[in-house]
Amino acid sequence: MSDPLLKVRDLKIGATVYPPGEKPHDIEIVHGVSFDLAPGKVLGLIGESGAGKSTIGLASMAYGRGGVKITGGEVWVNGRDILKSPLKDIRNLRGAEVTYVSQSAAASFNPAKKIMDQVVEAAVEQKKFGRKEAEERARTLFSKLGLPDPNNIGERYPHQVSGGQLQRCMTALALCPEPDLVVFDEPTTALDVTTQIDVLMAIKEAIRDTGVAALYITHDLAVVAQVSDDIMVLRMGDMVEYGHTDQIINHPKEDYTKALVSVRSIEHEEKQPTPEPVLSVQNITARYKGLNFDVLKNVTVDLHPGQTLAVVGESGSGKSTLARVITGLLPPSDGQIDFAGRTLSRDLAGRTREDLRELQMIYQMADVAMNPRQTVGTIIGRPLEFYFNIRGSEKRKRIIELLDEIELGEKFIDRYPAELSGGQKQRVCIARSLAAKPKMIICDEVTSALDPLVADGILKLLLDLQKIEDVAYLFITHDLATVRAISDSIAVMYQGKVQRYGSKSEVLSPPFDDYTDLLLSSVPEMKLGWLEEVVAHRKMESAGN
Amino acid sequence: MHPVVKLVAQRLVLSTLLLLAASVLIFAGTTILPGDVAQSILGQSATPESLANLREELGMNDPAVTRYFNWLFAALQGDLGTALTNGRDIAESVGQRLSNTLFLAFWAAIISVPLAILLGLVAVRYKDRWPDKLISAVTLASISIPEFLIGYLLMFFLAVQLGWFPSIAMINDDMGLLQKLQSIALPVMVLTLVVLAHMMRMTRAAILNVMQSAYVETAELKGLSGFQVIYRHAFPNAIAPIVNVVMINLAYLVVGVVVIEVVFVYPGMGQYLVDHVSKRDVPVVQACGLIFAAVYIFLNMIADIVSILANPRLRHPK
Amino acid sequence: MKNIPISALIGLILTALYFLMALLAPLIAPYGMAEVVGDVWEPSSSKFWLGTDNIGRDLLSRMIYGGRTTIFIATAATILSFVTGSVLAFFAAVMGGWVDQVLSRFVDLIMSIPTLIFALVVLSVMPVTIPILIVVMGLLDSTRVYRLARAVAVDISVMDYVEAARLRGEKIGWIIFREILPNALSPLIAEMGLRFIFAVLFVSTLSFLGLGVQPPEADWGGIVKENKEGIVYGIPAALLPAVAIATLAISVNLVADWVLNRTTSLKGGRG
Repeated sequence: MSDPLLKVRDLKIGATVYPPGEKPHDIEIVHGVSFDLAPGKVLGLIGESGAGKSTIGLASMAYGRGGVKITGGEVWVNGRDILKSPLKDIRNLRGAEVTYVSQSAAASFNPAKKIMDQVVEAAVEQKKFGRKEAEERARTLFSKLGLPDPNNIGERYPHQVSGGQLQRCMTALALCPEPDLVVFDEPTTALDVTTQIDVLMAIKEAIRDTGVAALYITHDLAVVAQVSDDIMVLRMGDMVEYGHTDQIINHPKEDYTKALVSVRSIEHEEKQPTPEPVLSVQNITARYKGLNFDVLKNVTVDLHPGQTLAVVGESGSGKSTLARVITGLLPPSDGQIDFAGRTLSRDLAGRTREDLRELQMIYQMADVAMNPRQTVGTIIGRPLEFYFNIRGSEKRKRIIELLDEIELGEKFIDRYPAELSGGQKQRVCIARSLAAKPKMIICDEVTSALDPLVADGILKLLLDLQKIEDVAYLFITHDLATVRAISDSIAVMYQGKVQRYGSKSEVLSPPFDDYTDLLLSSVPEMKLGWLEEVVAHRKMESAGN
Repeated sequence: MHPVVKLVAQRLVLSTLLLLAASVLIFAGTTILPGDVAQSILGQSATPESLANLREELGMNDPAVTRYFNWLFAALQGDLGTALTNGRDIAESVGQRLSNTLFLAFWAAIISVPLAILLGLVAVRYKDRWPDKLISAVTLASISIPEFLIGYLLMFFLAVQLGWFPSIAMINDDMGLLQKLQSIALPVMVLTLVVLAHMMRMTRAAILNVMQSAYVETAELKGLSGFQVIYRHAFPNAIAPIVNVVMINLAYLVVGVVVIEVVFVYPGMGQYLVDHVSKRDVPVVQACGLIFAAVYIFLNMIADIVSILANPRLRHPK
Repeated sequence: MKNIPISALIGLILTALYFLMALLAPLIAPYGMAEVVGDVWEPSSSKFWLGTDNIGRDLLSRMIYGGRTTIFIATAATILSFVTGSVLAFFAAVMGGWVDQVLSRFVDLIMSIPTLIFALVVLSVMPVTIPILIVVMGLLDSTRVYRLARAVAVDISVMDYVEAARLRGEKIGWIIFREILPNALSPLIAEMGLRFIFAVLFVSTLSFLGLGVQPPEADWGGIVKENKEGIVYGIPAALLPAVAIATLAISVNLVADWVLNRTTSLKGGRG
């Protein structure tokens, strides 16, 4: 093995925390991590939130974000320990030997300057290239990264290009000074799944063509499996497992890694439609006030009792608007909604208490779905009081039953939402909706804000509860793995229309329409070489046309 | 049309409408409210006949709307009417006093704006360390202290005890610039102190906001020096919020001037307004109120327009 | 009530002292408010602790009574501005639509004229009495309360938990008092402190300009005005009431600051 480009030894990183009501104090967030990275290789750093992966990535540039400080260990880049280097040397390293691609290119580009000025800045400032040469290089990179109009796109301002394009510009920015190492920090996380695959491929090819080494940081194991040679699994600032990509994906040793690899592998047998749907959405068309186009166009779907209909689509597909129409928050301009054998009033004011009780909703962001000034007991108890007039000890008994059902237990009854973790908050929201004894619950991206393992737990809970309570779910999501895990029928939405609709097996089996094909094939799979297969497949298809 | 031109035009129209509405409000405030100007002027002992005569003379028997439009059109042509108390032309009296007030405000601005920006930068540079804490403590104190206390404190110590400055700020046309400056030194100092704290705190917030953005981090990770980061990346984005802060505080300064002029017996608009409010000289009050409102609305409009001009999203539309 | 920072404690004690002094003024003042008891501008002595004023009244007694007036007017104006401002704001936020538009644009208009100038314009035609001062100050200041309360209420009313309450079928009363208000309270209480300070400074300024409390009644601003000529002769009588204004304002500010910091770190506090 050649001399490593990056050698990290026993890296310790600390941060100052400001807990409410207490004095600020220092904690350690990375507890002694070591690894090597050879020239031209890609190391994937993977973990859930709080694993310390971004912090480690930035440490390779001797940079601590916010109150983060590197407290111990060594970071060797090109044969020198940069933690012991003077600031001047570190500045010469940043932007020349090591560069950085952030998650949000939209925030990382200066809104007041042209893209080209920012892409070539480091290369020119670090005297790697002259201005003319650097611009030429930038245009080559733009073209290599598949940006439209590579000769002129640099003259635009950041807000004048799309999110996916800007993320590629950021990659060009990082590659322009011809660095030895690029730190990619969740570069595709903020993108829609169909955009992600193109950016991912562009990054992968750029890494291969330029021979640069990379640290690739992400929470998505399937993504990192496509681009990296080695993978390091991190958890709470500790290394869990470190090995070749093939070994980590196909033969994980540690339980935590195994759990990450097998995430979203919930098996769920598809149920057959019943004669009488609990919810029947018929020809719904809707638009928001002030918009001059329909956000929903002639949408028709059914949901059967005790079953799950997954509504899947990318941002802007209208899937969340559908939830607002069904709940009555946005009266449709056309169409009808039948629920439990009766026709629902178009707006909230016209619905009976029984309508409201039987149709519950769970939100994406559990933190803002609960009043921070109410305890868990009050939150879950309110529907009991409101719909069934249950009070006193009987109410408390029922609340505890519900807490047991969501696997939290009695001790949570007096806690405030701020004292719960993300997954616990979402469980309380589930209990609140179950308290109403609903026939149907709308779940709006309920697992999107959660780490994969926590999300898995929520999905399993929802499936178990469905069996016990015989409740139907309208499950809104952008994540196809979730759809596979829990649905009985699926509606694929695209630009306000139902693109494809039917039972799970029908929707997920060929022949596909173009959009469903694109969507399905864009979901990263936990297997090596998947990215190349998909891209090759697409090239063949477009050649065939 | 370019969206910036459109937005700036919108601002201009909006400000004009606002000024018009403000003029209605000022006129209504002095007309419809249950006070009687004639009664106020003549006092409680006035006979009914003299009251009626005065009302006739003041045109108070016309409907309010007619009087408003007469007043407005006259004001637009530069005719602000005559003072009830001494029968002098208001526009004439106001002219000299307005220029005195602007002279005072100008010098206060010249000193306080760069000082506030500098101290704001210091506070950001030493965030959460003692210079920053000192600055925020001083800010807390100075928003709690009435302007006239600062005025009298300085007057008491610097003028009366030490005799460095005159305690009364008289100026007239015969004085040279240096003489004038010496004369207004104390009020300028007080006004500077009054607006400095606010301006400094808002500047600090504006710069911090920019320094914490992701593109400043990007610049640091490019290996640029601290100066380059600030000059190339932070400054172009901080300029609009800072100009905004400055304009809002200049508007505040225009109001602060009223009290300070009274403290130092300075022959400006504020002193003039306060005198005539006590004398219940409504035409003067209306005229001064309108002028103060106009300056205030104008400065706020400039602040808005600067933010529009500095916004790259608006300057370079898709 | 442990863990009170020292600055807030000082603020709390001073504020309490000032309010006690205001309540008990007739009991603790050594002389009458308008009683001429000595020579003009006598220096401080065992007889007159703070000396005498421009016409020979005991300055301490006059300041105690003056503080009573100042604090009474400021408190009444603050309550008026709060009730008016926040009721209208919550109404606008919950109703939305044209009610919100009309109210908000009207508030914008009033705020386009500097408050002091507006007050001077109005007071030029109104008889200057204490009730009128309270009404003018309270109503002008309610525009600021309105802005803040509306912003806070709108922020909260778009939260998912408020939507969840609407979907549950809760009445408007429950939504305002159980969902929105408990979360809006802490910024509003802190703002109340700031509004009180503003009212103290405002009434003092008006009186100082001779357009507030009229003699022989006294308030702190008025006492400054009465004694301001003395400054030129090196007599600091005018500074004392001004210092009283400043210390009261700073004390309340320290308390408000603490309330704001404390409530954001409460259990269940946002953020």
